[in-house]
Amino acid sequence: MTAIKDLSAYKGVWVFIEQFEGKLTNSTLSLEILGEGRKLADKLGTDLTAVILGENLEKTAGDLIKYGANTVLVADAPVLANYRTELYTDIICQAAKERKPEILLVGASATGRDLAPRISFRLHTGCTADCTELDIDDEKKILVSTRPAFGGNVMATILCPDHRPQMSTVRPGVMMLPTWDEARTGEVIKLEVTAKEEDAKVKILEVKKHEASAQNIQEAVRVVSAGLGACTGNCFDQLKELAKELDAEIGGTRPVFETGLISHDVQIGQTGKTVRPELYMAVGISGTVQHTTGMANSRTVVAINKDPNAEIFKFAHYGIVGDAKAVVPALIAQLKASRN
Amino acid sequence: MKIIVCIKQVPDVTEVKWDENGSLIRTGLPSIINPNDKNAIEAALTLKEEKGAEITVVSMGPPQVEEALREAMAMGCDHAVLLTDRKFGGADCWATAYTLGMAIKKLGHFDLIFSGVEAMDGNTAQVGPEIADFLGLPLLSYAEAIEVGEGTVKIHQKLGDLTRVIEGPMPALITCEKELNVPRIPRMDLVFECFEKEIKVLGMADVDGELENFGLKGSPTRLRKVFSPKRAKAQVEFLEGTPKESSQKLVEKLHEINAI
Repeated sequence: MTAIKDLSAYKGVWVFIEQFEGKLTNSTLSLEILGEGRKLADKLGTDLTAVILGENLEKTAGDLIKYGANTVLVADAPVLANYRTELYTDIICQAAKERKPEILLVGASATGRDLAPRISFRLHTGCTADCTELDIDDEKKILVSTRPAFGGNVMATILCPDHRPQMSTVRPGVMMLPTWDEARTGEVIKLEVTAKEEDAKVKILEVKKHEASAQNIQEAVRVVSAGLGACTGNCFDQLKELAKELDAEIGGTRPVFETGLISHDVQIGQTGKTVRPELYMAVGISGTVQHTTGMANSRTVVAINKDPNAEIFKFAHYGIVGDAKAVVPALIAQLKASRN
Repeated sequence: MKIIVCIKQVPDVTEVKWDENGSLIRTGLPSIINPNDKNAIEAALTLKEEKGAEITVVSMGPPQVEEALREAMAMGCDHAVLLTDRKFGGADCWATAYTLGMAIKKLGHFDLIFSGVEAMDGNTAQVGPEIADFLGLPLLSYAEAIEVGEGTVKIHQKLGDLTRVIEGPMPALITCEKELNVPRIPRMDLVFECFEKEIKVLGMADVDGELENFGLKGSPTRLRKVFSPKRAKAQVEFLEGTPKESSQKLVEKLHEINAI
């Protein structure tokens, strides 16, 4: 395990792309990091490579070029159909050792957070987890990764100066999607896959799609979000009605998730989802940093809270000081009235 | 069966306070066993009760981590190992995994390693998977249920919008989710007993390994700066009046900007 590497030999930005049954996953995270990877590659004046493992990937690989990759590295084999930590780590590490990328980005999804640390340990390099911002240092031409730290109470900027590839996982919902351009051309390179089913230590016995994830709060145009201040009495039921009136998805803070009123799939904030809807209505939410890191980029924020000094008002465009129990029914009535 | 549980003592970051200038006050926070790691301890204790097991709990940190290890023993863990050395200081995920991995190699035979999915202060979720890679173990992450068979272990894995049942040979490393169980409260008799028990303390010289891989020196990542998240993004316009009046104003505003 020697740390000394000839850093100038490492070139290009790689992005790991997640697939399910040969197609891009429902989450747009992989495309978001592809878009971000393109920006970083342009800043460095280098190429962007998408890396995808799975089965029947021909079409998806071609699409990645239209989305901005110069090169797509494809490992296409039945044994790779379902994500498996070790098989994927083996193939990506092998390719990285041979081709020497300077940056490797992975989505901070469940899969990405399982895969990235294993790759980084084996390649003896640093991986900055859950980044919300990436940039290139103009002078040193190295990756500058920013992530929430200390439970989301502060932000930390982290470098990986002497090891390659510089790795980061990127939170969903924080990077812009790339544009599709039919005119783009690039190269699809097939990686040799020698692994066989019997080489895989871990067997997948069953795969089931989560029911709760039918709703994807990250794609919602409008979100009504509940804090503990909106959970007393029948207030939460009224909030659901408000969401229906607004054609919004309902989400909430971690404490609300802990009461069991919402599922983890719609928990917004540091330990949940990051959202940026057109309209974010925060009801009975005080606005801890753990929560606001997950919603601060929403287009229009409305806050309803009985404490006029609540932090959430610092993030709001419109504020109503009042008890959710009184304001929510009034708001429902007004919305109904405005429709007539 | 021999089980190793890796735990971390963390400041309770849900108790964070700010001074009048908006700066984070880091001191005075209570130190606790990382919540996910308590799920890992509970998982080991459940197996101990079902099948019989010897549990060793391992943690790296300053000498005060002894408290966390004693608490784990009061919950029912049999042995405790404290990895403490000034040279371990400043370790990032890579160097932490290296140190824990080297120590685990020293501890000899084991069947399972449990850790929490992630720590509540750093939230990186990296050290568990990295130890698995270092020791060449199958990684069974995000466990919501664990079933031990003959030489194999099966988990229900919560992988984003999928739930999978996956199985691997032992020894293996399992990272534990909150949904896996409800950690028990330490038993009073064990609380008294745990203060009698010995905690094995290991420093850098005891775990071998290469000097340049420990602590800050062995950490590929470097912290450039820490800052408060951007606040006050918006200039709030308060809509005043009774609930009815303020709601009416809000609906008008939202219509004006085409938000509804």
